[in-house]
Amino acid sequence: MKKYDAIVIGAGHNGLTNAAYLAKAGLDVLVLEKNPYIGGATVSRSLYEGWTYSNCSYVCSLFRPEIYRDLELARYGLQIIPYEGGITFMKNGDYFGNYADDERHHREIARHSKRDANAYHRYTADVSRQTRLIRPFMMRTPPDPTSFKPRDVMELIYIIKTYWDLGEEILYDTIRFWTMSVGDFLDEYFESSIIKAHLAGAGIIGTALGVYSPGTAYVLLHHYMGDVDGTIGAWGFARGGMGSIAKALADAFQSFGGEIKVDAGVDKILVSNGRVKGVVLENGDEYHANTVVSNLDPKRTFLKIMEEKDLPADVVKKAKNFKIRGSSGKLNISLDGMPSFYAIPKDHELLKADFHFIDSMERMERAYDDWKNGTWSKDPYLDTLIPTQVDPTMAPPGKHMMTIFVQYCPPKVEGKDWTDEQRDAFGKTVIDQISEYSPDFKDLILHAEIRTPREMENEVGLTEGNIFHGELTMDQLLFNRPFPGYAQYRGPVKGMYMSGSGTHPGGGVMGAPGANSAKEILRDLRRKNTVPEAFSDE
Amino acid sequence: MSKQYDVIIIGAGHNGLVCATYLAKTGRSVLMVEANKQVGGAAITREFSPGYSVSACAHLLHLFHPQIVSDLSLTNHGLKLAATDLHTIALAADGDHLTLTRNSVNGNGLSASDRTAYSEFQNKLRRFARIMQKTFMVRPPRLVHKNMTDLMNLAKLGLSVRMLGRDDMRELLRIGAINIFDVLQEDFQSELLKGVMGFDAVLGSNLGPRSPNTILTYLYRLTGQLHSNGSAISVPSGGMGAVTSSLRAAAEAAGVEIRTDMPVKQVLLDVDTVTGIETNSGEQINSAIVVSNADPKTTFLKLVGARNIETGFVRRIDNIRMQGKAAKLHLALDGKPKFKGVDENQLGHRIVIAPSLTYVERAFDHSKYGEYSNHPAMEISIPTIHDDSLAPTGKHVLSAIIQYAPYDLRAGWESQRESFKQLIVDKLAEYAPGIKDQISASELMVPPDIEKEFNIHGGHWHHGEYTLDQFMMLRPVPGAAQYATPVNGLYLCGAGSHPGGGVMGLAGRNASIEILLREKVA
Amino acid sequence: MTVREADKRVLQTPFHSRTSALCETNLWSPWKAYTVVDCYSVLTNEYFAIRNATAVFDLTPMTKYRITGKDGLAYLDKLMTRKMGKLSPGRVMYSVWCNDLGHVLDDGTVFHLKENHWRLCSQERHLDWLLATAMGFDVDIDDETDDVTGLAVQGPTSCQTLKTMNLQGVENLKPFQLKYFPFDGTELMVSRTGFTGDLGYELWIAPAHAETLWDALFAAGKPYGILPIGTHALDIVRIEAGFIQAGVDFVPALEVVRAGRGRSPFELGLDWLVQFDKPVFNGRKALLEEKEKGSRYRFVRLDVEGNKPANESFIYNGKKEIVGHVTSATWSPSAKMNIALASLDMPWGRTDDEIYTEVYYNRELQWNRLMARCRVVGGAFFDPPRRRKTPPLNY
Repeated sequence: MKKYDAIVIGAGHNGLTNAAYLAKAGLDVLVLEKNPYIGGATVSRSLYEGWTYSNCSYVCSLFRPEIYRDLELARYGLQIIPYEGGITFMKNGDYFGNYADDERHHREIARHSKRDANAYHRYTADVSRQTRLIRPFMMRTPPDPTSFKPRDVMELIYIIKTYWDLGEEILYDTIRFWTMSVGDFLDEYFESSIIKAHLAGAGIIGTALGVYSPGTAYVLLHHYMGDVDGTIGAWGFARGGMGSIAKALADAFQSFGGEIKVDAGVDKILVSNGRVKGVVLENGDEYHANTVVSNLDPKRTFLKIMEEKDLPADVVKKAKNFKIRGSSGKLNISLDGMPSFYAIPKDHELLKADFHFIDSMERMERAYDDWKNGTWSKDPYLDTLIPTQVDPTMAPPGKHMMTIFVQYCPPKVEGKDWTDEQRDAFGKTVIDQISEYSPDFKDLILHAEIRTPREMENEVGLTEGNIFHGELTMDQLLFNRPFPGYAQYRGPVKGMYMSGSGTHPGGGVMGAPGANSAKEILRDLRRKNTVPEAFSDE
Repeated sequence: MSKQYDVIIIGAGHNGLVCATYLAKTGRSVLMVEANKQVGGAAITREFSPGYSVSACAHLLHLFHPQIVSDLSLTNHGLKLAATDLHTIALAADGDHLTLTRNSVNGNGLSASDRTAYSEFQNKLRRFARIMQKTFMVRPPRLVHKNMTDLMNLAKLGLSVRMLGRDDMRELLRIGAINIFDVLQEDFQSELLKGVMGFDAVLGSNLGPRSPNTILTYLYRLTGQLHSNGSAISVPSGGMGAVTSSLRAAAEAAGVEIRTDMPVKQVLLDVDTVTGIETNSGEQINSAIVVSNADPKTTFLKLVGARNIETGFVRRIDNIRMQGKAAKLHLALDGKPKFKGVDENQLGHRIVIAPSLTYVERAFDHSKYGEYSNHPAMEISIPTIHDDSLAPTGKHVLSAIIQYAPYDLRAGWESQRESFKQLIVDKLAEYAPGIKDQISASELMVPPDIEKEFNIHGGHWHHGEYTLDQFMMLRPVPGAAQYATPVNGLYLCGAGSHPGGGVMGLAGRNASIEILLREKVA
Repeated sequence: MTVREADKRVLQTPFHSRTSALCETNLWSPWKAYTVVDCYSVLTNEYFAIRNATAVFDLTPMTKYRITGKDGLAYLDKLMTRKMGKLSPGRVMYSVWCNDLGHVLDDGTVFHLKENHWRLCSQERHLDWLLATAMGFDVDIDDETDDVTGLAVQGPTSCQTLKTMNLQGVENLKPFQLKYFPFDGTELMVSRTGFTGDLGYELWIAPAHAETLWDALFAAGKPYGILPIGTHALDIVRIEAGFIQAGVDFVPALEVVRAGRGRSPFELGLDWLVQFDKPVFNGRKALLEEKEKGSRYRFVRLDVEGNKPANESFIYNGKKEIVGHVTSATWSPSAKMNIALASLDMPWGRTDDEIYTEVYYNRELQWNRLMARCRVVGGAFFDPPRRRKTPPLNY
């Protein structure tokens, strides 16, 4: 039986990134994927003939350009096309358009509030400041604040110094920003309900919190800290769907000699004498390696593919208490043509980006209340895009594909498992909301894939369907992610590592957790580091 | 122009009285001016129906700091506790209530693991609260700013966190910024137990148990259990007004001159430096130091005036979140109320209606949209069990804090106050079926009433939400967190300052220390 | 479904029909919401129209706020670093305004239009800050950028041009004075202000009368060599005058992302605009402290050796250490000097300091590097007496 240097469980984008860097360092690496296709939640799938869906993740901003460049992903066909625009439709028939051009954006906000149009500059400066601060930490391993190891102490000092150098006022604002609700934060800038509603969405996407829950201003930052070609906060489409990212990563990995096996669901990580020795698949096959990396979320990793007896008791408890609440659903729709909307001319440029149908923070908060009460939002927050306006590869000419991210959708309905009828009712809620604003949307639907957290868990393996592998709350961020004491990608068993979104810096198609994890593994193996340093913003 | 004082203190709430007394003890001439007819601010006892008196705002003592009691010899000045070490009775609809003390919880059907979990949890959180309490005794350190005292205080704080040991430190860093809802789910099963603990975390705040920050508020409450006497909750003899009466006596003994019924119109300034105050009646009184016990919005936006402070600071003040969400109910009762399953000898304890976390959270949900809770949570005290001075013989007074009643009720309080009162009484009657027939008089104070009676902007009795963004060096706002303000000679000493609200007195004490430090001239 | 203003990529100023007809180069740039001419035909001609005849510049995109109410002066006194108390009706004042850190948000002019009416005219937008500052004052603030349009009419013959336009008594306007004239059935406001450091006026009117105004002006100015000018010519003269520009010579404090990048008035050489003998104003505390402890930077006007403009250059001391950078630079055709504005680290920039700029230039793609010695200059590089003379002489 062949023995590998390292086995990576799960061919999601972080697992592939991790594997690529290990292979680049000369290790013999095997990636195991339970599905017949790679990508995890970074996939392009054809579920209706002629159409391609990015059926989980759907847009890209957080993916680290350092990795993109270093692994030469462009050579493997990856292209990220930035998009501009965005619109929030209002109940009264009006709308708010998100123009990328500063002046047009100013004029558009001024239509709703002249003061807000100007306050937006203050908002942008303040949020950019926070974004610039956080970005360098994406490609760094968080320090353990309780440790006295020189490396941890130095890193902690580095972080404190970075923040100390901000000066007193800005440091205070930073503390406030990290602890406030997105609602309170926006209230400090804006008076217009529609502007706040438009901006608040980024504070709740993928999160089981409401716009008035403290801590959600950080979630907003999590969605702003990426970039496309240096434009911080910009988002783009992966040409050919998000699967193009996974494919390029897999190609890069294989170019370093790595091996991928699909249809290879791991049953257990094998542990003996306190260290890992390999994995056993659901079909009984065994693969051996002294390094095993789990790209699965923390709950699946520690409660499903590891034995309780192999783990310290505190890890089992921490895994059980880990917050990984499903709060989102997804619809992918094949359209016979471009839908029109009452509020704006057909094919308006604003439709090239994300559009939304909820015009006040109160409606968003009520959507959250539905989730708290164990049901899907009856008036949900939708993040809707029609990528085929920009990317011609995903639908036949003249036809379109629509992706709809839905906040909130619970992992269980009133404590019970989802039924298919409930799933369809959930889908109908979403379609009905859009139809209020579009005369022809319903008639254009050729096919719709409706995904509740149940589908996401069953297909992708995301526990409770949580897209971030765990809530982005203060108890699960930085040195607390996934658990205090285990935030440096090392598991509790020698030779076992984590590389998924459940580790720092968290969810989104970022690649950073996978890369940071590879750096730690190579360090432990005393191999030369292959992971690039972060670009400087200065 | 009348007599000149070393210090003028605006507002004779408990913190103002504490601050005044400490200052007067150093030989300074101190004048206190109070808008209302009696001193005490929100810690007063007043009649709400002929023969019936009640602690009109705060009604239980649990944070009041023993050092203040001894420094100011309050016992000699008449402070007497009618009952100490009160338990908390968490009511259940079926009468199967829980009794919580500092370290234990008891009740039928409560699992052994919940009992153990409770004492472990309380012990653990008290270890964290102890660190918090240490910071309460000193001014909050400014960050970045190079000041030896501040750096020392920061270092001490860092050290005490480290001294917790690795596991505790990790636990503090994990849960410190999150919500009580999630943390309780980890260790407890009983919905009722979780409900009452969650209620303790949100009492008086604009948060629900699911809102992050509620571990912080819970810790804040627990600091009250760390005092040397260890008594968690007590009832002063004569109501809360007796506490402030003893403070008044101490103040006057120290030489403080107190003038009531004297609302202040404005703080007088020479550009950016205090010169005195002007009262509503037009009297101008000079002083180089003015201390405001009023909340920060009232202080800066009304008394100083936004035009006299720089815009960035005004904006920070304007952004302070301080809209009250708690109402206060007072009932005059013909006899002792009977709560299902509650013995007569338990009636004097603190009684809570918060049957589950979800119950409290849903009560909160209404308030987010400017509605009052249709199933409110409440904290009930029947002070007349311990203290017969408050009602005619054989009669009783029930005082309850009701969550949640938003300041800006959409439908308007004028039309809704009565229906909300009925709803609360109905809720009480679910647990105390005969109570409606016992009521001879009643009063409901909603946040606008509290604002009006106690001159607290927004009717928030903590003078500002207690959340991480309004905490320590951020309380009430950066630039005024060390009691001194951008206005030379103007200081804050109220609950809007560190450490915060509740009848604690430390804000007043710390302010006095800071004033003595900065204003060396006697 | 209406097409909104925001759907238009750029807006046209009310003078667009006239400016576009005259713009032979088709060189345009966006300025705020509008598209404006960079250069109509020949830059030299436009430059010398300002310094030798009458030049007309479209001011439409300038941000304008109307401030009304009985507390207006007190409000402006809190907003501005300069004492506004003496600004009587009919007068104009230049000032800067700061945030609480004492960093400049912008500079601009305040027009006391009439009793209880003021106009603040600036490069950047400030409604949010103006309204926040208005707390506690009985004032109203409205953005009137789109309700008032303006033309700068500058140069030695500008007064004659205006007189020919029949604006009677315009010659009696002193610098920083304003006056109303009947025109085209409405009111034309003329102020003796400008961004050129020369004799000049600014004409303000409702947009509906813009084209009539333009036509009347050009008809009157014909004998006096009137020419429209674009932003390029204006940039040269404003550097000659030593005027700073927001976003070029300093970062407006509102847009500062990195700590410490803002500049105080002292650090921009605008000490004369900071007056402490008045009620509390924004930045007061910080500026008092800075006055006591010293500034971080010094802003200077430099005469650079040689004739190669020193744009975007570092500045070195005698030991080849970087001590600052140039913010604006040009060859001055009037002063015949190679001039620059620069921000230097303290204590550099004293009159006798030995400092150099590092100038890169190429000749047929052959790149050369030059360390050019700089001399700190006191006032404006070009400051003709006609700028202040009232009534102006006929040239």
